Amino acid sequence: MPTDPIRRAPRRLPLEWLGILPFAIFAFLFLILPTMRIVIGAFQTPEGGFTFQNLLDLNTDSIRAAYWTSIKLSFYTAILGCAAGFAMAAAVVFGGLPKGVRSPLLTFSGVASNFAGVPLAFAFIATLGPVGLITVWLRTEFGINLRAMGFNLLSFWGLVITYLFFQIPLMILIITPALDGLKREWREAAAVLGATGVQYWRMVALPILFPSILGTFALLFANAFGAVATAFALTGPQLNIVPIKLFAQIRGDVLGNPNLGYALAFGMIVITAAANLLYIWLRVRSERWLK
Amino acid sequence: MMRLVAWGALLSGCLFFLLPLVGMTEFSLKMRRGEYSFDAYAVVFADPSFWATFGYSLALSAATIVVGVVLVVPTAYWVRLKLPQARPFVEFVTLLPLVIPAIVIVFGYIRMYNTSSFLPLTGSALGTDILLTMGYATLALPYMYRSVDTGLRTIDVGVLTEAAQSLGAGWYTILTKIILPNVMVAVLSGAFLTLAIVLGEFTMAALLNRPAFGPYMQLLGANRAYEPPALAVIAFAITWGCMGLMQLATRFAKHERAKA
Repeated sequence: MPTDPIRRAPRRLPLEWLGILPFAIFAFLFLILPTMRIVIGAFQTPEGGFTFQNLLDLNTDSIRAAYWTSIKLSFYTAILGCAAGFAMAAAVVFGGLPKGVRSPLLTFSGVASNFAGVPLAFAFIATLGPVGLITVWLRTEFGINLRAMGFNLLSFWGLVITYLFFQIPLMILIITPALDGLKREWREAAAVLGATGVQYWRMVALPILFPSILGTFALLFANAFGAVATAFALTGPQLNIVPIKLFAQIRGDVLGNPNLGYALAFGMIVITAAANLLYIWLRVRSERWLK
Repeated sequence: MMRLVAWGALLSGCLFFLLPLVGMTEFSLKMRRGEYSFDAYAVVFADPSFWATFGYSLALSAATIVVGVVLVVPTAYWVRLKLPQARPFVEFVTLLPLVIPAIVIVFGYIRMYNTSSFLPLTGSALGTDILLTMGYATLALPYMYRSVDTGLRTIDVGVLTEAAQSLGAGWYTILTKIILPNVMVAVLSGAFLTLAIVLGEFTMAALLNRPAFGPYMQLLGANRAYEPPALAVIAFAITWGCMGLMQLATRFAKHERAKA
């Protein structure tokens, strides 16, 4: 038992913080320091002086287009992923489907949300590519030529469809517990007060779920924005989105200015950080109701 | 009516997930003209680079898991036991890898640890392997930490520590003989997820120029027709295996807790 807490406190404090020193050193060396290097580099001239010029230089047609395509790609895959994931999760939770459906769906979602990257691109090439299963099937059975109709897997919309393969399962994984948290009593209370099903959803369920849905949207957005491997394996280095551009820049300084590469990476951090902060903030809010 | 809509949503979703899986499987069997065969798999398995890169990634996952466990278990334990005031800081740091894209982190590594830096890790193959392991440990950190921290929540860390101390155990004994066995299930579940992440990872390995499985798959995809879908089937099976083992570990944990 401490007899004199006032004298003991200053001696104890630093020793206890030593316990997380290895973790702090690891995080500093392999997470914080490299990121700081990028952030600082974005504000430096090649000689080391301070400048805003790198960020201003991002404002070229090619880089603006890359950011815009990336933002659109992340936005569409996030919104479609949220909608489809919500529909599937709601079907399982409220749709009166057999109980046996739920657990396999969640297990599969765990697998599919981690089945991203290079193999996912292969799977879609084998399915929707020029000689893929569906492409050939539609052509031989129905005479529908996807390519002549303007569909190309190695394009923006092809990428959207491919990304949905890991975006939808992620939404299912996150939103199912939130849907489970909607208490039966709320629905009954609303019904007793004379609310219709639509009114219950519009005035009770959706306002409660809204932070979860918007938060997951932000998470899916950041998830798509930072993804490299799927797009690279699908389209190679041509497609003009930010992560691919940064990949090419790191490999061979295609922008001709190393500090412009830092600025490009800094822009990515700003966008994914904003999306994630939104997610964390909304998650804290949604946890108030869904315990 | 409601049930019909629900079935419709579920089945169309399932169709979307099934078609690419069927597509890749069917395509991978078509190497021999006119009939289905496992030729593509035979070619893949006969390729020494497949085994070399796969073995390399497997070894790297093992190293990543060891680093992750050694780093995360003592830290999460210590934060729970002695430093609850450090929790927001530690949790924030463990979430950072989800915020900063992997490509940005590895970009930082390349500039930070090049041959003219204070820690020239990228100068040698071993150094780069260490750097890549640290990078993977960073990517796995959010999952590993959450898993272990949840595991620690189910045991009374304070009482176990005091009991061990009163029997004369030191910190090392407490961690390895008391805490680790108690959160083994959580550690395993984090480890299988780490395995799934590391085996297929492309960006970091490609940019650090290491012969890992992800870049190998990408290279094959750019040059061959039938082997890539075969690889995709193999990769899917591996992911499925990792997740299955993870679920098994969690189910085992629930069973244990129910008994206690």
